[in-house]
Amino acid sequence: MTTQLTDRPSPPAPPRSPRGIGRARRRRAVAASWATFRQNRQGMIGLIVLVIFILVAILGPMVIDPAQLDPATATGPLLHPPTIGYPLGTDNFGRSVFLLVIDGTRISLIVGITATIGAIVLGAGVGVVSGYFGGSRIDTVLNAVTNWFLVIPWLVLAIVLASILGRTLQNIIIVIAITSWAGTARLVRAQALSVKERTYTERARALGAGHWHMMTRHVLPNVFPVLFANAILTVALAILAETTLAILGLGDPNAISWGGIIEAAFSAGAMSAGWWWWLIPPGIAIVCVTLAFTLVGYALDEVLNPTLRSR
Amino acid sequence: MGQRGYMARKIFHAAITVLFVLTFNFFLFRVMPGDPVSLLARSERLTPADVAEQRKLYGLDEPLPQQYLTYLRATLTGQLGVSLRSGEPVSSMIGRALPPTVLLVGLGTLFAAVFGVLIGIRGAWHRGSRFDNSTLLGSLLLYSVPEGWLGMLLLIVFAGWLGWFPAGGYTSGTTTGFARVIDIANHLVLPLLTLTLGYIGEYVIIMRSSLLEVMHEEFLQTARAKGVPERLVRRDHAVRNALLPTFSLLCLSFGYVLGGAIVIEAVFSWPGLGRLTYDAINQLDYPVLEGVFLIASIAVIMANLVADLSYGYLDPRIRAA
Repeated sequence: MTTQLTDRPSPPAPPRSPRGIGRARRRRAVAASWATFRQNRQGMIGLIVLVIFILVAILGPMVIDPAQLDPATATGPLLHPPTIGYPLGTDNFGRSVFLLVIDGTRISLIVGITATIGAIVLGAGVGVVSGYFGGSRIDTVLNAVTNWFLVIPWLVLAIVLASILGRTLQNIIIVIAITSWAGTARLVRAQALSVKERTYTERARALGAGHWHMMTRHVLPNVFPVLFANAILTVALAILAETTLAILGLGDPNAISWGGIIEAAFSAGAMSAGWWWWLIPPGIAIVCVTLAFTLVGYALDEVLNPTLRSR
Repeated sequence: MGQRGYMARKIFHAAITVLFVLTFNFFLFRVMPGDPVSLLARSERLTPADVAEQRKLYGLDEPLPQQYLTYLRATLTGQLGVSLRSGEPVSSMIGRALPPTVLLVGLGTLFAAVFGVLIGIRGAWHRGSRFDNSTLLGSLLLYSVPEGWLGMLLLIVFAGWLGWFPAGGYTSGTTTGFARVIDIANHLVLPLLTLTLGYIGEYVIIMRSSLLEVMHEEFLQTARAKGVPERLVRRDHAVRNALLPTFSLLCLSFGYVLGGAIVIEAVFSWPGLGRLTYDAINQLDYPVLEGVFLIASIAVIMANLVADLSYGYLDPRIRAA
């Protein structure tokens, strides 16, 4: 850490307002973290893979002609193994599996990221309140609910909720968020409990800060680094969860994710018929993205959590 | 607080959690479109007399608090309602599905845990070695693989191309006695392999990191200074302490393994709770789903209780906390 402090280029002109000081300090912290992150090879590989997939998700719809993804208008041969025109073969409607996988990128990433945002907001909210009021009755209740969601077999709960709510993309996102916030809440609660005991929060309280100010201005910002790494790891879990629900037939039939492609191949009997080109590519895409998010998450954890770095 | 107080507290805690599951189930069942009996009435398998009996069982003419009590009483006496499709009691369907799932999940957890822990110990002890790096990467890779898809891959390769194992199911039907055991084992290989591979990564990572945490402790230095051989330092001092958190995490992840088993059973047509769930999803058979949710939750709560109790027994410091 000390070398980083001395190596830093000369500081910018002193900002005037306290807010400016804070902003400059945060910018320096982000720059220092990024420098550490860049030295983590696995994290960088993960990040590059993620950037590629995100570009595919954004550019895919601009390049692909929707008619080629529509079962009614697709023109390819049915269930054909890979050829030059269809690099990953075709499915039972004559659609190119290559294009299906590219299109599925968008849906899988949207579900993974949106569900994670929901889970993180819910988990951070419950965790901060629970930790900040640590030991009180609110904490007891929130902690009991959190532990309950941690213990419950998440997939069975997700299945029950998804079949009751119905098979739409929005419901899948809600179900995944509801079943994956508890780990975050526990993590954030532990952090909040420790932040609460530090002297500067005591000082803020002595100056008359209210509960809301304390939670949003002191506890939450201190929890944020841990939360960020946790969020990245949660995206990996959310994408796996979406895949599992889709394979079980609970995905949105109108928004085909990677899991949805696997499910279609499975129900069409791809395993006994040996249509491997239909089944394998979407799974490999899932493995790549999940692994990339996991690697980035672990690397971030190491960067933002200095006690892990020494080991 | 002594051993007895600790145990009483944990058992009380588990009982509260079960009650919470029951309550959750009760409300979930009433959030659904239509009350349970109007759903039953739509089922073509049930006679009006059956429906009337179910209406009485659920106590649907009574006020909500009364319904809640009726529901609790029915559930606690093992009445979980009837399937909307077959009209069969859910409890007997679950009873039939339980043994195959216990076989699959039990053996799968055992294999994944034993091999995962052994690999994790070796990796941590030789940290940074080629063995450590490759098993860690392999674990992260397996952790990122969706279990259902892994099962399908194994099916294509080992059942389709090579033809070594049957493509699914529990038995081929007609065999008895020892031949039947062999037959079931033959059907078990691929789903078991999938479950083991799907969860071994987690165990490797957990064991590796908790051993790494212990490895910097001073009591290991003390043991070495006393002249204890390295092999015994590892076995008696490092691993023994690292196993505690691992053991607790293993029990906590039981719910995840159970979830994984659902997908794997669906892929391999293994006639356990997972297959039952898969069929219930496709047929919108809500009472079956509710029953599976209840049973799975209670199983996981019990696993956690066992973990807590043995953890308190294994580590005396916990009891005081």
